[in-house]
Amino acid sequence: MPEITLTIRHQVGLHARPAASFVQTAKQFESSIIVTHGEREANGKSILKVLTLGAEQGATITIRAEGKDADQALAALERLIESNFGEEE
Amino acid sequence: MKTLPGIAASSGIAIGPAFRFQKADLCFECSTVQDPSAEWARFQAAIETACEQLAGVCAIAEAECGAEDAAIFQAHALMLEDPELLDGVRAAIEEQRVNAESALADAAETYVQLLESLDDEYLSARAADVRDITEHVLRILLGVAESPTAGLTTPSIILARDLTPSDTVLLDKSLVLGFCTVEGGPTAHTAILARGLGLPAVVGAGPEILEVPDGAMLVLDGSHGTLLVEPDEETVATYRTRRAASATALAQAREQAHEPTVTRDGHRVKIVANIGNVEGARAALEAGAEGVGLLRTEFLYLERASLPDEEEQYQAYRAIVYEFGDRPVILRTLDVGGDKELPYLDLPQEANPFLGLRAIRLCLARPALFKPQLRAVLRAGAGRNLKVMFPMAATVAEVRAARSVLEECRAELLAEGKPAAEGMEVGIMVEVPAAALMADHLAAEVDFFSIGTNDLSQYTLAADRANANVASLASGFQPAVLRLVRDVIAAAHAQGKWVGLCGELAGEPLAIPILLGLGLDEFSMNPPVIPLAKQIVRALTLDEAREVAQAALELDSPDAIQALVRERVPAANVW
Repeated sequence: MPEITLTIRHQVGLHARPAASFVQTAKQFESSIIVTHGEREANGKSILKVLTLGAEQGATITIRAEGKDADQALAALERLIESNFGEEE
Repeated sequence: MKTLPGIAASSGIAIGPAFRFQKADLCFECSTVQDPSAEWARFQAAIETACEQLAGVCAIAEAECGAEDAAIFQAHALMLEDPELLDGVRAAIEEQRVNAESALADAAETYVQLLESLDDEYLSARAADVRDITEHVLRILLGVAESPTAGLTTPSIILARDLTPSDTVLLDKSLVLGFCTVEGGPTAHTAILARGLGLPAVVGAGPEILEVPDGAMLVLDGSHGTLLVEPDEETVATYRTRRAASATALAQAREQAHEPTVTRDGHRVKIVANIGNVEGARAALEAGAEGVGLLRTEFLYLERASLPDEEEQYQAYRAIVYEFGDRPVILRTLDVGGDKELPYLDLPQEANPFLGLRAIRLCLARPALFKPQLRAVLRAGAGRNLKVMFPMAATVAEVRAARSVLEECRAELLAEGKPAAEGMEVGIMVEVPAAALMADHLAAEVDFFSIGTNDLSQYTLAADRANANVASLASGFQPAVLRLVRDVIAAAHAQGKWVGLCGELAGEPLAIPILLGLGLDEFSMNPPVIPLAKQIVRALTLDEAREVAQAALELDSPDAIQALVRERVPAANVW
């Protein structure tokens, strides 16, 4: 199962708008998406689970995807996080 | 007929049926269902309906408040469709055969508790969001009217405990004749909203108003702060006559709204607007504003997760200044303190936020907060008629410090090769009694004063305007406040500086003759009052106004002062 590991640079962490953008992006793909932060694991399409990951600014998260569009899903989520959720830094 | 007294919060008279804005109790029992798949289908249909309604709310919020504020409703939509939440509900219905209401309430409660248990203010606030969406779906499942306003189909007077900003987003404003609330003071959200819409309102009227049956005939007198329940025909007729007279006066005023404001003997003053965003700017221009006396900038900072950067502020200010062309716009720098929730500022908890680190005090303590705003102001003001003022200044040292940060920002911009306004007029809000008493010294430090009578009254009378028990003390008509206003104007004029007033008092018909007589140069008010205010000034000569002011300042109570103006200036006795 492909996976990527990234650091959240956004100042509010994976909360608020960044969390919403993450989930909205994840939901565009058929593959199941699992996000882990430390010992916590969350369904990447669930806003409630993603919020409770507690991924603050500087947190390192791992994203796994399983399904036929897994690679595209990971690429899209990586772009989103690397662009700092489309906001200036 | 029953008369319920309250606090006058927005002038005018409304006559019409009562509509109680009350959130229904959502009662249900945990039960076993015979056909789990039908129950699951019923639940899915409710979710679908909720999503559709939410899309509608989101569109309204975006149109009325802008995309930033609407973002919260987008988060709600994601929660409604949350696969983990829905799976939990489905499992409970299909495996344990519980009814949809219980299944949802239980599944949601798990998340509410989880979010609340995390020691994080932001996440705790999301627990309230989960409760909101849960209630929304429960209302649909239980067949309770989809919102507290669903039954509002004829123009009515809204009776409510209090109204939150999200409640008001959902109100169809074309069906609202006026507001009356149990709680709140003249600066409560409902009061501000009512004045913004130009609708009469009474606040702090007590719990009895919620016992008034729906549809009962009411007369709401927003000028005197009373609610009449089931009045007799004669009383209604009297109020209809008064309402018609003020409507006629208003219609005449609107015809001349775009003409200058000159007294009968040729003394010119400016009538300008208090606004808080670009939509307000357009409303102000339509109402005949000769500029902006108070541009609040808090709209850029509230209900968001991070500080607005310089560029975002610059774009917002520029858009507003552009609307006004050559007309002056006075921008007030950030006016917040510990009473506002700005998670990204991490403001200290204070026992008395209104006496704490707020407004200019906060900005001077936090250059990273202050400087981007000043840089944005200087950029937006380049080649434009933009002025800046600092709220809550109390001492000469604060004014000098603020001006030096402004100069520093200007030098930085010029060094970076960016445009920056030259010789921008700088003023202060006079809203702390200390500033009013030191007006002679402060006048030497600034180009103008803007008297903020809302806070000046609250600080002078030591009475919290949001506390219904004491709010009536904090009236701008208090002789103590009017004496300070008189002295501030005199001190500024002695040094050739001009004075504006941007508190509620500037738009009070009965206060206008007094303020004119005291020599006020600029009256800044909510746009709906502008045409009428111009008309009141036009009805007077400067000497007549001076005589009224002099007589008023010899009186010893707000009631006596208002009665005097009512008697001496018929044009001001419009409601």
